[in-house]
Amino acid sequence: MRKFLLAAIILVIGITFIARLSYLQIFSFSPNQVMEDPAIKAIYDYPERGYIFDRKGELLVANQPAYDVMVIPREVQSLDTLEFCSLLGIDKKTFKSQLAKARVYSPRLPSVLVPQLSKKDYARLQEKMRRFQGFYIQKRSLRYYDTDSGANVLGYIAEVNARDLQNNPQYIAGELIGRTGIEKQYEHILRGHKGVKYIQKDRFNRDIGPYKDGLLDTLPTQGREITVTLDKALQEYGEKLMVGKRGGIAALEPSTGEILALISGPTYDPSLLIGRDRSRNYSKLHYDSIAKPTWDRSILAEPSPGSPFKIINALIALQEGVITPATTIPCYNGFYVGNKKRGCHCGGGMRDLNVGTFKSCNAYFAVAFRKIYDKYKTTAEGMDVWEEHVKSFGLGTYLGYDLPTGRPGRVPSKEYYDRVYGKNRWASSYIISNSIGQGEIATTPIQLANMTAAIANKGHYYTPHILKEIEGEPIDFPEYTTPKHTTIDKKHFDGVVQAMADVYEHGTARWLQVRDITMAGKTGTVENFTRIDGVRTQLTDHSVFIAFAPVENPKIAIAVYIENGYFGSRYAGHIASLMIEKYIKGEITRTDLEKRMLEKTLEAEYAKPYSGQPFKINERVW
Amino acid sequence: MSVSGKSVIKRLDWFSVLLYIALVFIGWLNIYSATVTEDTANIFNFSALHGKQLSFIIASGIAIVLLLAIEANFYERFSGLLYLVSMVLLLGIYPFGKTINGATSWYNLGFFNLQPSELAKVATALALAKYLSDIRTDIKRPKDQLYALGILLIPVILIVPQPDPGSALVFFAMSFVIFREGLPLYYLGIATTLLVIFILTLIYGTLWVLIILALLLVLFLLLKKPSFKVPVIPLSFVFVATILFSFSVSFIYNSVFEQRHRDRFSLWLRLEKDPRKLNEILRTIGYNTYQSEKAIESGGFFGKGFLEGTRTKGNFVPEQHTDYIFSTVGEEWGFLGTSTVVILFTALLLRLVYLAERQKNPFSRMYGYGVISILLVHYFINIGMVIGILPTIGIPLPFFSYGGSGLLFFTALLFIFLKLDANRLKELF
Repeated sequence: MRKFLLAAIILVIGITFIARLSYLQIFSFSPNQVMEDPAIKAIYDYPERGYIFDRKGELLVANQPAYDVMVIPREVQSLDTLEFCSLLGIDKKTFKSQLAKARVYSPRLPSVLVPQLSKKDYARLQEKMRRFQGFYIQKRSLRYYDTDSGANVLGYIAEVNARDLQNNPQYIAGELIGRTGIEKQYEHILRGHKGVKYIQKDRFNRDIGPYKDGLLDTLPTQGREITVTLDKALQEYGEKLMVGKRGGIAALEPSTGEILALISGPTYDPSLLIGRDRSRNYSKLHYDSIAKPTWDRSILAEPSPGSPFKIINALIALQEGVITPATTIPCYNGFYVGNKKRGCHCGGGMRDLNVGTFKSCNAYFAVAFRKIYDKYKTTAEGMDVWEEHVKSFGLGTYLGYDLPTGRPGRVPSKEYYDRVYGKNRWASSYIISNSIGQGEIATTPIQLANMTAAIANKGHYYTPHILKEIEGEPIDFPEYTTPKHTTIDKKHFDGVVQAMADVYEHGTARWLQVRDITMAGKTGTVENFTRIDGVRTQLTDHSVFIAFAPVENPKIAIAVYIENGYFGSRYAGHIASLMIEKYIKGEITRTDLEKRMLEKTLEAEYAKPYSGQPFKINERVW
Repeated sequence: MSVSGKSVIKRLDWFSVLLYIALVFIGWLNIYSATVTEDTANIFNFSALHGKQLSFIIASGIAIVLLLAIEANFYERFSGLLYLVSMVLLLGIYPFGKTINGATSWYNLGFFNLQPSELAKVATALALAKYLSDIRTDIKRPKDQLYALGILLIPVILIVPQPDPGSALVFFAMSFVIFREGLPLYYLGIATTLLVIFILTLIYGTLWVLIILALLLVLFLLLKKPSFKVPVIPLSFVFVATILFSFSVSFIYNSVFEQRHRDRFSLWLRLEKDPRKLNEILRTIGYNTYQSEKAIESGGFFGKGFLEGTRTKGNFVPEQHTDYIFSTVGEEWGFLGTSTVVILFTALLLRLVYLAERQKNPFSRMYGYGVISILLVHYFINIGMVIGILPTIGIPLPFFSYGGSGLLFFTALLFIFLKLDANRLKELF
């Protein structure tokens, strides 16, 4: 018995050890060793982000180097602090506190002392850098904008946040990701793949050489450059016109659906969101909750479309056969809903499609609208038909364009009215405002532009999109090259397009004429309300204009929406005509008009609701 | 005398020798990996740690030849003197010793540091064997039991203040020899019971220990045969003694121990429930264990390969070439390597048990048991600590850890026994 005691203990110890070791090395072992090993540091080699060019090959976005001054506190030796500070352009106090902060973080590891020096500062510093032990300069790449416009559509890049990290495991903290606009949408094309170098570290986190002699290291692949459908000149010109105005402009090429310009006013210089002042600038922009410069009105604003929507109602009425172009409707300087009169500015008289359109007669379209509903047994049934026709123009949907944000607008349906008024508690008189583009219908500028393109194409449109080429190769995505047809037969468009051309020739937009350019358009003046201290208050009308040109072979379809710009031809129409002229001719002949449009601002109008004083609306200022 | 005529080379237990060589070789490879840098890659670079260890291995080889050449009964005859000398050396530490890492355990001999406690281990094993094998000693007699324990306690008393609790523990382990030779087993039973109560008290507190004891007592009274007469007085004595012990444990733990001692136990038994404090302990005194566990874990089944251990290269495990050398095995050779080392040690120890049991001469047998006890306790505590199942007690892994003094004396310890074993048939007459 005593003989075996020791042998038994030896065996029990051996078995215990083996059990513990198998627990550690077999069951607890994680195969993802390299990433978790504190002795191995992955150093990433970041590729250059892809450039962005406009449709004519003009550079929009590129990269620029920036220079961080780094410090390893332990290696700092006595230095001429004053000279160093003046070279860096910081004061001695900042220098001291930054150095102390770096020392707290780690005396052995590099910290940023001064971030993102400009090229100029760097040039001054570079010569003398070797005299300052413990400091060195690290290059990093920032976005460079070769334009001061397009901030919202181009988007910006920012450091990944916690949610990005959770959703995209390939990113690590501190990396940059496209946060909005094109940068976000085409992040995967622009960013490329980072390369990685594994470095063996010791327990003080110092480098002691490559891990496995670099066997697992990879090289970065460069980001690819893209060409977008934007027209840089048009975009810049549009933004200039929008100075001092709020609103959105969307311009498309009807034959392809390519987005020529997406302008939102007010906007900002995209260069504000790079460099040392990024954070301060971003706060300023982000917290401007009145002008909302970061809110892209061209794709997010959802006002009522106003009179341009009359065109759609006319087309539906024609398609449903309830009117013909020759059908005449009387206008009594207004029309009656029940026994309530609604006004009209057209002057009164017998209106057919052509005259009704170019004079923008409310009565004509109200009656035509009601005729559509009268064709069906119930309003609800008519509603379904009407809704289907409207939606076929891309209204009430996100459209499917390649930008990361958007709004669907609203096409009211019978379910919508059931919800608002209660089931069977509404009738055609409740919805009559939609006949003239007021009421419940709501559209974004890009939807209006797309609707205009569909009219220009006489019955079909291509999904608006912004990507044109990747690395010089034209994209060929079926969702952008297959036409989408509206529910309206092609033959019904001729009369309507003619009427729109007459709007320009001798209708509500006759002030906009440009020599040698034929245009088809429609003005809109949208009543709108806000709440001031809980009181529903009417504000100056929104100015809306849609147009395409030239009429015979449309090159551009545009929708302009100017908040509180009063009637359609006043701001929206003029801006639209200038942009069309700029796009088609490349230069502006009507310099007086251009000057006026560039100089006039609506700031006084926008200040009214916030003034606390009673104010007048729809003033004729010029 | 045909057997005795053959040379010691023929009669040596080569199986043990091979295991010894394997362990020393594997140990050296891992020391090389744990300490080598690009500047010292040459294995014969004697200024580097691996080169120094290599020179100690060569010195050990020479020592082996000398030890085998010495007449076998020399060890028995001079064991008393050797014991005396080593005790004097232990005493001499206090005026003349050299302090390394806070422990005064070495004499500086210029070319290397002599650790007299290593010598004392060999001498004590010999002296104990000598005393117990004396024809006049009867281990059943309490007086002789006390003498035997005294031989072990003297070096303990001399070593503890150095401080070197690890080595002190080794001498306690030699009480196995006394058990093997007839010390009643209930001493072991009592020791084990005390250890269990000690741990239970630390984990659950005195109250729960009392409740468990009471339950056991009730269970015993219910289940006993009706004919069994309960020894009331001894039983109640044991019961009271246990209660007192349990109380004294919590008293000693809370009032006598210093915080650093308590921290080690808290870490080992996971007594600290506050995760913030536990983290603090893990980061400070638990750092070594944590890093070595992680290094071993990261080796996986096959290991990262020789010289490929990233944590070894980055010096993440402090003292990796000495007490924590096993973590290098774990990281670079994986489970295959660690289990091989465990099997080698188990095989060597079992082989030594077999050799000890076949000795006809009681002195040789008892010395053999002394050797086994010393090796076993080193191996058990060292690897147990490195893989995180025992508290941190600084004690080297025999034949493996870096250190000249250690390697030489472990070699001496083993080869004196192998010499005795080789001589076993010769001694009969």
